[in-house]
Amino acid sequence: MEKQLNNQQVADQEQALVKYENVKKQFGETEVLTGLDLAIQPGEKVALIGPSGSGKTTIIRMLMTLEKPTSGVIKIDGEPLWHKKVGGKLVPADEKHLRRLRTDIGMVFQHFNLFPHMTILRNVTEAPIHVLGLSKEEATERAVDMLNKVGLGDKLDAYPEQLSGGQKQRVAIARAVVMRPKVMLFDEVTSALDPELVGEVLQVIKDLAEETDMAMILVTHEMDFARDVADRVVFLHNGQIEEQGNPSEILENPKSERLQAFLSRFLA
Amino acid sequence: MTWDWQFAIEIFPDIASAIWLVIGVTFGAYLVSLSFGLILTFLRRSSFKPLAFLTYWFIEFVRSTPPLVQLFFVYFALPAIGITLNKYLAGILTLGIHYATYVSEVYRSGIDAVPKGQWEASRAMNFTKIHTWFRVILPQAIPPVIPMLGNYLLVLFKETPILMAIGVGEFLQEAQLIGAANFRYLEPITIVGLLFLLLSYPSAILINKLEKRSKLGYSANKKQKGMSVVGTDGEAVKQSAGG
Repeated sequence: MEKQLNNQQVADQEQALVKYENVKKQFGETEVLTGLDLAIQPGEKVALIGPSGSGKTTIIRMLMTLEKPTSGVIKIDGEPLWHKKVGGKLVPADEKHLRRLRTDIGMVFQHFNLFPHMTILRNVTEAPIHVLGLSKEEATERAVDMLNKVGLGDKLDAYPEQLSGGQKQRVAIARAVVMRPKVMLFDEVTSALDPELVGEVLQVIKDLAEETDMAMILVTHEMDFARDVADRVVFLHNGQIEEQGNPSEILENPKSERLQAFLSRFLA
Repeated sequence: MTWDWQFAIEIFPDIASAIWLVIGVTFGAYLVSLSFGLILTFLRRSSFKPLAFLTYWFIEFVRSTPPLVQLFFVYFALPAIGITLNKYLAGILTLGIHYATYVSEVYRSGIDAVPKGQWEASRAMNFTKIHTWFRVILPQAIPPVIPMLGNYLLVLFKETPILMAIGVGEFLQEAQLIGAANFRYLEPITIVGLLFLLLSYPSAILINKLEKRSKLGYSANKKQKGMSVVGTDGEAVKQSAGG
């Protein structure tokens, strides 16, 4: 089965880790995404920017399987995420299929979403033990290692309610990274933080971007951060990609009027 | 007719002797309501719509009919279709199922209060549905509703006299028999009231304490529970942190 898939991949010459093919998403009457085509290479860091309601968060939520696309196909390593191939035909995926593909994806949320009834350590070991099937010792070692890296090695026994927003978000990053996904999704991870706590979280992500070969998709309003971390910046407007390219090109020499207008609001 | 102390003292042990039966029936029915209530909660959220709909109507039906009628139905009518239960089992199941419908509403309110982000994080962590329910959602949904659940224990306890109708020898049944034999009802019935008060009041205080505690955070709870919680996890941590 796997061999077949590999041959297919080679045949398709698909190197993209994540690929959106004409993906549309509607909430009721509102069309949030109107036919998105986007490919992300292994290890690539992509920043999604754009006004609120432009569909950037929806893009990563569909990849995390929190939102189902209305139409179109999303592929991970060439394999459809929301569909299964049965006899050459694509049928809606079942939970088993989603669980298998989800192992490649990790996500950090705007509001952290830590588990409040678990200690910091258990927040980070829970999935490695129960999803990856690691032993408790192995999971603990991995978790402590990761928590040290985000500077919270001394908070293992604390509960989320005892931490600041910035610390919570760093735990949330550790919790996702410890699963070693191929692509990490960051959903406006500093939007809910007090301004003085933003820096520490961005620094952790920057370090992570430099050290690992994970792909990252970052939905953000921090333009300087996007410039520092991203290999490519994608500007979305009304559910479509309006402009994309390398960060300096996009942020310093925007071509479309909409992007110019959008960026001028940040400079003011 | 005046209060006869000697008679009261004489009959008190006879009535109070039902105490273990009453406690047994109460906790038996309570366990049924806690577990069956959880099952009803799950069924009502089923993605298979007919099942969710059926459960909804079952809950509505049970809640809007009197427990006494349900008791008669279970004990006297069910044998007609071949289901015969002894009076204790019939009593426990009837009270248990009746209160399960209320308890399932309590669970539901607790579950609804868990932020949506907890479901999303569970999905992002790739937990199974069962793991999400039992390790993430319910541990957050239940503690805040423990006082409400405790309250239903008291309400259920006070409902046990209806079991007299099918001949279960609880407090009221005993008092009624003694009263009929001696043509004196004042003392026996007063004693029944007193026994209920004696058992209810301390329980109410206990529930009050639980309520105060449930308002404290998770970290405060850990300290109150003592060292055992810290011990098991903490040790493993120190070892690997050192090595």
